[in-house]
Amino acid sequence: MAKYIFKRVLLAIVTIFIVCMITFFTMNAIPGGPFAGEKAKSPEVQAALEKRFNLDKPVGQQFVIYMGNMLQGDFGISAKTGREISQTIGSKFSVSAKLGIFAVLTAVVIGVVLGSIAALMRNRVPDRVIIFMSTLFTSLPSFVLGSFLLVIFSVKLGWVKAWSPTEQNLVLPVLALAAYPASYITRLTKTSMLDVLGQDYVRTARAKGVASWKVLFIHTLRNALIPVVTYLGPMIASVLTGSLVVEQIFTIGGLGAEFVQSITNRDYPMIMGVTIFLAVFMVTMNLLTDIVYKLIDPRITLD
Amino acid sequence: MAEETILSVIDLHTSFTTDKGEVKAVNGVSFNLTAGKILGIVGESGSGKSVSAYSIMQILEKNGSIKSGQILYKGEDITKWPESKMRDFRGKRCSIIFQDPMTSLNPVFTIGYQLEEAIKLHTDRRGKEARDRAIEMLELVGVNEPQKRIKQYPFEFSGGMRQRVMIAMALACEPDILIADEPTTALDVTIQAQILELMKDLQAKLGMAIIMVTHDLGVIAQMADEIIVMYGGRVCERGTAEDIFYRPAHEYTKGLLRSIPSVDTMGQRLEPISGTPINLLNMPKGCAFCPRCDAAMKICLEEQPPETRTVDGHLAACWQAIRAEIDAGMIRAEQKA
Repeated sequence: MAKYIFKRVLLAIVTIFIVCMITFFTMNAIPGGPFAGEKAKSPEVQAALEKRFNLDKPVGQQFVIYMGNMLQGDFGISAKTGREISQTIGSKFSVSAKLGIFAVLTAVVIGVVLGSIAALMRNRVPDRVIIFMSTLFTSLPSFVLGSFLLVIFSVKLGWVKAWSPTEQNLVLPVLALAAYPASYITRLTKTSMLDVLGQDYVRTARAKGVASWKVLFIHTLRNALIPVVTYLGPMIASVLTGSLVVEQIFTIGGLGAEFVQSITNRDYPMIMGVTIFLAVFMVTMNLLTDIVYKLIDPRITLD
Repeated sequence: MAEETILSVIDLHTSFTTDKGEVKAVNGVSFNLTAGKILGIVGESGSGKSVSAYSIMQILEKNGSIKSGQILYKGEDITKWPESKMRDFRGKRCSIIFQDPMTSLNPVFTIGYQLEEAIKLHTDRRGKEARDRAIEMLELVGVNEPQKRIKQYPFEFSGGMRQRVMIAMALACEPDILIADEPTTALDVTIQAQILELMKDLQAKLGMAIIMVTHDLGVIAQMADEIIVMYGGRVCERGTAEDIFYRPAHEYTKGLLRSIPSVDTMGQRLEPISGTPINLLNMPKGCAFCPRCDAAMKICLEEQPPETRTVDGHLAACWQAIRAEIDAGMIRAEQKA
């Protein structure tokens, strides 16, 4: 196990290095730069800024300098705001992550419960309603859903404030963010549950005299959730790191919004910082998924 | 010891509701199981033998149900028992082992967990006591190093070993009845022999009655005290192994025996039973085997043969057998025959 994790971490470092390289060079290949702004600056100021951010050097050398600093934990400062990149990412991520954690929990609970109900009541009314809803929410883009939620609950009904300067209400953004993963988990759980319910070992459990609710929760669900767990890792990574669309609609200053902003601004240090952060997060989640997978399914060998 | 009937199945009808209609899998099966004896149920796929077994345990698929009939366990009709009482019947009074040991154990739990689960459900043993009992059972069924094996998962066991584990689990609470649903079909021949040997040994030690469901006449011949031959959800013939193998009276049984290779028929072609198994959605009015029977008569098409005592003294449900009985002067030719 330790050996496996060590190997995976080594591989992850390679992955992250490649991500850095591709991002760095493509970013530089896009026309414009952080200081090619609307207001004309004096040549001296322009030169000083470029020197400060090493933009006067060849791209290859810039990359070497950046990677050197990064390895020492220095991600630099934003070319727009001048603030520390790591601080900005930290504060923005905490906003996105809080929203994301609620969304993930909502999606998992709703998905597993509805998926199980659909499987147990197969071809009956509840099953059909659940599957209809899940198809609907899988195909509904989040910007449409988000806008609908705002219009219905904030504008028409006035239950939830659309925006508040102090304490943002997270119910609507959580729903908008959870809709897709919840629908997906519902379908995943249903399919996998139906498969497991037909397995011989479920019949064995019944034949032993195990109560039907125990057969369901102990013998069936654990097996049925294996495919759900594999989906969970990448899903958590993408939901926690923030959704641009949902954050824009609900005016939440999270990492998703920050990332897009940094690209339009050509804020090189920011783009690199967020990219590396996302890559590390994604790779870690995938590794965690594999380890959890091993824990719930003893047949899986990691090495 | 007086022969005590531990389980009586009386006129059992079980069917499944499907999109295409009602599939009548079991149509009026009756038999008695004597305590401590082995009853063999033989028949081809779809003859209703497994469904009869599942009906006793009431572990039919969701769309299946017992339509009528009684199943008396020590005189009590268990088809009337509520689910909570049935749970106590399953595993404690009557256990079952299935055809495919590769898929019958839950892959994500250790062997120990699955054995102890059965033990804890039906006995007062907890913790170490339950574990000790599980180890004892594994030892009894011939699993080596049970202390070590108990911590392993099913995928670490071979097919034969898994079937041993299934047997251990089934017998852990000392049931009166063990149903073995094709216990050796999925195993290779050497392992088959070992498992059958084990079952016979255990029966001698523990004294439970066994219902052995199989399509393998060889298995039945060496195991069973009494044999029931089933076709189309009905009993064709019943008797001892000798009755069935040496003095078959039902045309279906005769056909079955003609289709097994033996030393006497070496070098000759085997005679298969022609035709295909009957469609359980649309049962014929007369004898179920009639469409495939070479000796079918007019009456076979029109009326179901009753079970009668054959010339040799066992029971069969076949018009040809009844004709032989009339010829022998055992029964008078009445209005029907």
